[in-house]
Amino acid sequence: MPVDVGLAKLSNDLINAGIVAYSLGFLGFAIDAAFGNHAAPDDAAPARAIKVAVTGLVAPRVPAMAGAPVVPAHLDEPGPADPAGSADPAGSAGFTGRVTVESGAEAVVSSSVMSSAAVPAAPGGGPTTPASMNAHGGANSSSGSVQADGGWLERSVGRLAIGFTIIGWLLEAGSITSRGLAVHRLPWGNMYEFTLALTFASVTAFLVILIRQPVRYLGVFVMAPVVLALGLAVLVLYVAPAPLMPALHSYWLAIHVTAAIIASGVFMVGTAATMMFLVADRYAVAIAAGKPVRFAALGRMMPRPDTLDRTAYRAFAFAFPIWTFAVIAGAIWAEYAWGHYWQWDPKETWAFITWIVYAAYLHARATAGWRGRNAAYVAMFGFATIIFNFFIVNIFISGMHSYAGV
Amino acid sequence: MTEIPTDVEEPQGVQAESAVDASRRATDVPDEFGTRQRARPNAGHSVASWLRWAWYSLTSMRTALVLLFLLALAAVPGSVLPQRGGTDSFKVVQFYRSHPTLAPWLDHLGFFGVYGSAWFSAVYLLLFISLAGCVLPRSRRHLASMRNRPPAAPRNISRLPLSASWSTDADVDTALQQAHDFLRSKRFRVDRTSSTVNAEKGYLRETGNVVFHLSLLVVLIGIAVTSFFSFSGTALVTEHAGFTDTAIDYDSLTHGPLVDVAKLPPFSFSLNSFEATYQRGGSANGDAATFNANISWQPNLESAPRERDISVNHPLGTQGTNVYLTGHGYAPHFVVRDGAGRTYDEVTPFLPQQGTFQYQGVVKLPDAKPSQLGISGFFMPTLSADPVTHQPISIFPAADNPAVVIGVFSGDLGLDSGVPQSVYTLDTSKLKLVTSVVMKPGDTITLANGMGTITFAGYDQWAAFQINHDPGKQVVLAAVSAMVLGLVVSLGIRRRRMWVRATADGAGRTLVEVGGLTRTDASGGFDDEFARHVGALQAGSEPAAEHEED
Repeated sequence: MPVDVGLAKLSNDLINAGIVAYSLGFLGFAIDAAFGNHAAPDDAAPARAIKVAVTGLVAPRVPAMAGAPVVPAHLDEPGPADPAGSADPAGSAGFTGRVTVESGAEAVVSSSVMSSAAVPAAPGGGPTTPASMNAHGGANSSSGSVQADGGWLERSVGRLAIGFTIIGWLLEAGSITSRGLAVHRLPWGNMYEFTLALTFASVTAFLVILIRQPVRYLGVFVMAPVVLALGLAVLVLYVAPAPLMPALHSYWLAIHVTAAIIASGVFMVGTAATMMFLVADRYAVAIAAGKPVRFAALGRMMPRPDTLDRTAYRAFAFAFPIWTFAVIAGAIWAEYAWGHYWQWDPKETWAFITWIVYAAYLHARATAGWRGRNAAYVAMFGFATIIFNFFIVNIFISGMHSYAGV
Repeated sequence: MTEIPTDVEEPQGVQAESAVDASRRATDVPDEFGTRQRARPNAGHSVASWLRWAWYSLTSMRTALVLLFLLALAAVPGSVLPQRGGTDSFKVVQFYRSHPTLAPWLDHLGFFGVYGSAWFSAVYLLLFISLAGCVLPRSRRHLASMRNRPPAAPRNISRLPLSASWSTDADVDTALQQAHDFLRSKRFRVDRTSSTVNAEKGYLRETGNVVFHLSLLVVLIGIAVTSFFSFSGTALVTEHAGFTDTAIDYDSLTHGPLVDVAKLPPFSFSLNSFEATYQRGGSANGDAATFNANISWQPNLESAPRERDISVNHPLGTQGTNVYLTGHGYAPHFVVRDGAGRTYDEVTPFLPQQGTFQYQGVVKLPDAKPSQLGISGFFMPTLSADPVTHQPISIFPAADNPAVVIGVFSGDLGLDSGVPQSVYTLDTSKLKLVTSVVMKPGDTITLANGMGTITFAGYDQWAAFQINHDPGKQVVLAAVSAMVLGLVVSLGIRRRRMWVRATADGAGRTLVEVGGLTRTDASGGFDDEFARHVGALQAGSEPAAEHEED
């Protein structure tokens, strides 16, 4: 079937518009991250007050679920393992759902108890506390993140950034769809199309995480590579729409490549969270040790390291089985198309290396001495292998995947 | 011995200690919530203790990590350097030519066959031994833990990462029974003692984990089956010609040591026709669009022939053996009448030349009189003239304007020297060029000196087939399917424990404490689940909710 030129042009226009929207989204996230948090008067002051918003905590919900009057639950002081136990939550008002608390700066630094430290105490053992709940450790802190709670302008910038990102996401969806309709196939047959699909998967993953967790700051680290990759796709990798060669005429293209795209996209978001973790962790360590923070000052604007670490882990734990499946689906396809399920073709070799490195990451998290920063480095290395596979292997190393059409 | 990757993220501090205590007391084995360290034996210890230490070290997670990194690293050179036995093995020769000093060293160290080299095998075999030493005892422990009762409650429930407490008018027994029934209804495994209810859920996580790792071992078994029992060969078949699955009909055949080459599956097929279509115009001009080979085949000599198509992604499968279409080309048809009046009818496959749309080949006529004849040249599916050099070239792979561009040689073909020759090249050292000519189908040329005539009668197409038999691949497929399943379960489910303790407070009321413990990592929110359970437990324990002051 011939290529539909009109639709192909529409696809190009849509992606250009999408890049503009994404760029604005990135800009918004950057402004939000840079200026949104300036409730802190002086970043050198160790005991500055910051505003902490905690949403969706366990404690306030319990009474509501139990059908009891909605009263802030009493929370015990954090246990001895919690260095921020001294945070004084006095004078705060409690609401269900969203709670705004004045908290000590230590809360930012401590690696495990932001949420518990930030939870309001019922005034002096209030008269009708139905249940007393402890929320030690990180178990419940998935939702506890530091967020800008500045003025109207700051809030708007953050929302605008999300809005632009959603607009860009819709435009990109339109671009991918129209390209697919133009060529009468799934539009991931070459590097240009793959980049579009990959960034689309990343932004989708980011938006999905955003629904569940207030991780707006992740936006900077997700949107920057997305905009860069799309710019590269449009300016360098672009190829005119064309039908596929016979080796790609298979429903395994849909299965294998789609899985690879989803996994890569989610790996990318996990990598963004890991990068943030490394900065935030350095900041936390520097503050705790009273050392100068230097570039890690960025970490001041970020969620707590353990929250970032957990976000990253969840992304990787979600993507890893999909990547495994993508490699296996590729092997099954290879069995049909080439007669051997595994031939150590450069591309499959690097997919295997990626798999090994992320497997090492999962193991590292369970190995004493490897948790935290070291595991994070392994994860960063894992994404580096994906990048290598996509750019270096595609362009410079020939193999049986070489039809990918640079 | 040590843990498999389970992302054990033990809450720091006291609560961890109490939970581990609890689990040790209850099950007497360190489960996934605890880790064990092994000290190196002191000097003077027996060989056995050193061996034990070596075994523990090999099966430790750290060693597994190092081996994983090594495996990733060892896989790299094979993706960068040309590898023998693959589709690009000719590149090894090229590499030798361009790096004459380096290449023999690399060769010696196995860098042109990385994935079969001793060092690569050593890394993955060590990794698999480490894996086996880790996963087998762990499977046993997991089986035991599924039979054991959930771990007993820690002394101080309020120090668990998640805990809640309230007072109720119900007596201890009723409160516990209610908690017991509730947790059971939530599909916890529940154990009731006189003062506590101990519950645990999410055993599937460890099951998935164990299944994943055991499946890896099965993959290795599948690969071993492959290397012993598989065979793989190629055959080039021109239209109207046939192939029978016997060793001599293969152009090349490799097989495992336990394959009896005399007893290959007795199928056969003949190529009726071949059809290829190509992209016309655009950036992909000349790229293949479809390949299709129509064949008649028989599973064995007794059965009736049946017709079907083989195309890329659609192999023929019979008796555990698959026949794949891997390439195609043209076979020009020459009719040669020599000086003695004898006729030779030759249909000879010409091979595609990389990066061009032309096909190269030779025809050898050692019996021609008065002298041996050789034809060397190109088949041009779409003949045109190069705009600059005006040389004949082919501009498209489909036979739109077929022609051959040949040189005819006479003299000694060198076939009698005993030195093996390629059928696709002509040794022209003892040959004399008689003529060079461009011929269209039907053209005939007459050779000088009464050496005869050559007619380019037309052409057939040929298809290249790969024939594989791999009994290990089903094993591998089953194993990797289990692998993905195990992975999804183990990364998606979390193990969680809940404890309920009820104590009479001496004032006629009962204090109920609930504690929860899980890994902090796995997806999903145990805190939410815990809060729900606490809410329900509390509501159930005292329907006439008159709440006590804290």
